[in-house]
Amino acid sequence: MIKGGFKGKILRVNLTSGEIRVEDLKEDWAKKFIGGRGYGTKIIYDEVDPTIDPLSEKNKVIIATGPLGGTLAPSSGRTMVITKGPLTGTIACSNAGGHFGPALKHAGFDLVIIEGKAKEPVYLWIYKGITELRPAQDIWGKSTDESDKILREKTHPLAETMEIGPAGEKQSLLANVMFNGHRAAGRTGVGAVLGSKNFKGIAVRGNQEVKVAEPEEFREAVSKTREILSKDAFSGGGAAMLGTAMLVNVLNSIGAFPIKNSQDAYFPEAEKISGETLRERNLIRNEACAECPIGCGRVTVIKEGKYKGAQGGGPEYESVWSLGAMCGISDLDAVLMANYLCDKYGMDTISAGVTVACAMELYEKGYLPQEDAPFPLTFGSGEALVETIKLMGEQKEKLGKLLAQGSYRLAEYYKHPELSMSVKKQEFPAYDPRGVKGIGLQFATSNRGACHVRGYTIAAEVLSGAVDRLKYEGKAELVKTFQDLTAALDSTGICLFTTFGLGGGDIALLLSTATGFQVGEKEFMQIGERIWNLERLFNLKAGFSRKDDTLPPRILKEPIKSGPSKGEIEELDKMLADYYKVRGWDNDGVPGEGKLKELELMVD
Amino acid sequence: MKVLILDPLKCTGCRACEYACSFEHTGTFNPLDSRIEVSNFLEDLSFVPTLCLQCEKAYCAEVCPTSALTKNDQTGVVDFDKEKCIGCKQCIIACPWGSVKLNHNGKEIIKCDNCNGEPACVKVCKAEALTFEEVEDVVLAKQKRTAVLLKEIGKDLVKGVSS
Repeated sequence: MIKGGFKGKILRVNLTSGEIRVEDLKEDWAKKFIGGRGYGTKIIYDEVDPTIDPLSEKNKVIIATGPLGGTLAPSSGRTMVITKGPLTGTIACSNAGGHFGPALKHAGFDLVIIEGKAKEPVYLWIYKGITELRPAQDIWGKSTDESDKILREKTHPLAETMEIGPAGEKQSLLANVMFNGHRAAGRTGVGAVLGSKNFKGIAVRGNQEVKVAEPEEFREAVSKTREILSKDAFSGGGAAMLGTAMLVNVLNSIGAFPIKNSQDAYFPEAEKISGETLRERNLIRNEACAECPIGCGRVTVIKEGKYKGAQGGGPEYESVWSLGAMCGISDLDAVLMANYLCDKYGMDTISAGVTVACAMELYEKGYLPQEDAPFPLTFGSGEALVETIKLMGEQKEKLGKLLAQGSYRLAEYYKHPELSMSVKKQEFPAYDPRGVKGIGLQFATSNRGACHVRGYTIAAEVLSGAVDRLKYEGKAELVKTFQDLTAALDSTGICLFTTFGLGGGDIALLLSTATGFQVGEKEFMQIGERIWNLERLFNLKAGFSRKDDTLPPRILKEPIKSGPSKGEIEELDKMLADYYKVRGWDNDGVPGEGKLKELELMVD
Repeated sequence: MKVLILDPLKCTGCRACEYACSFEHTGTFNPLDSRIEVSNFLEDLSFVPTLCLQCEKAYCAEVCPTSALTKNDQTGVVDFDKEKCIGCKQCIIACPWGSVKLNHNGKEIIKCDNCNGEPACVKVCKAEALTFEEVEDVVLAKQKRTAVLLKEIGKDLVKGVSS
């Protein structure tokens, strides 16, 4: 019997039959995989054939919270979306902030499993023991913010919502899942899977309590962790002051800020799109996710020019970079507008921006012929950015349809796949591996394609400076540690940003006092390693191997041309074999029997 | 006398106050058991906390037929005695602010008690949208802010006269 944290119930929704079933959460699984990403991955691993087409009826989508969701644990508003991702073909877990996860817990559920395919568009409404599929034809086609509004009108004014937008409905591989129209589970194309199932979203309103196993000890753990977070420079003030975009000047100052589709890594105009400039020109107020003392969220408005009056959430650092610097653009208003549009269409800002950058390079090099481009796709043009995002979101014309499949498929179509800045077909985030060696190993080995939040080595390599960013030694261990910590953390329901202050031991303490499980730092890290290996096993079965653990040739061969990291390339080979060894995998990146036994992954 | 001060312009909508309030009073987490409520306006992403203002002329206490609600002149708080409450809900109707409410089971009356002088909500409000301050200090601070403003206006007025 689980004493607290978890609600102990899973909702299984079969869209084909319309059947909705309540199942018990398995305690032994909860101990081995926690909730969220870990538990969700275990369900996908057991129930979904890794070789299926991700957009077929056989795929499933898990919407998950963790045991700390719905409590006062700091930054405990995360919701995880786990599925086989259509952009990459790998296991995919994308997560978002906001208030949806806690609301799901208060409605009585730790996870929702969506399976099958509905004949007509539907949404799910969960409230006071009611769980029903309702028709969504009249919401289909609406933007995510409109969908959020309509869902609340149809259900309860205080409902929390999850929705896909037109991008997900049209099964764009860049489609995300949005929450309340402004928080995104952005990556890996998870929205397209829901679109393929004719599933518009969920509205949920909770009325139940979430208990913790040891209330007094939990209260102390919350006070302690909140105190630690308040003392860290980023989580205690910097994030609230400047948002994640504070990183623009940080990454640019070391020359690891990719520009123009990674043709260089230093942006002379960075100041125009920095967190400082964003605060001065566009910030209306801060927004925080559930129980979050960090409060990095931005609410912004465009005050002048052709987009005057447009407002919304964000942009995050990654979006300012992908839609800005990566496209050579310093027009902050155009970046904001593109960011708002991506949210409305329900499209990942990172992949969208990097795909536009790829299209711009293809166009400028003459590989993308003028007759395919409705307007000149030139680096630096804010107008071209906004119009390209519209083409992509609405899948208009030939180019719009190609863009909606992401940079790899676009570049492949035009016979230059090497110009896609991606790993396993998922686009890069905002850090140039040539200037920060460890993050390149992380991009190459991430179980969901290029990604910073599977193992944010930037914290040690750049922010704290604890390790030398340009050295290769020790990076394999560093990457493994960050990957394992994050896998476990993503399973608790709290935000990755807490790790700027908190260590595995602190999070294990929150987890233990909430659930009553006895989890120390060592066990917590091992849970993370177990999840990481399970994800790897899924990907191996899906057909991925060592050859896919790589980086685009540009990163491996073309030196950075200017700025503080001038002359650097990424020598991935100096780290990859080490990494496999540190992980207990063989030379092909396959986990050995010994490792699987140690992690108790053999018996399943 | 200390009072809870709300500053909606600073609120980030994290709802930690609701969780802290619920936990303080019930030992579990349920926003429906929170005495403080944060309203989210999603159309423009703004957030406004509301809670009991401990009125001097407390309508909730005036209509209470069993004196379960009484104004405490010493602390300034409108006290609620659960044992005396018969659940007639007249206080909910009388309260102009919506700050007397029913708990999650829809049966028990709950209202803010300032946590006996150490409000749990204030402790977790990182944005300082909620503070617990002496009324006199609040007045002084406001007077000072107004004075600073007038001083600036005064400079402009002098300019107008001299030119």
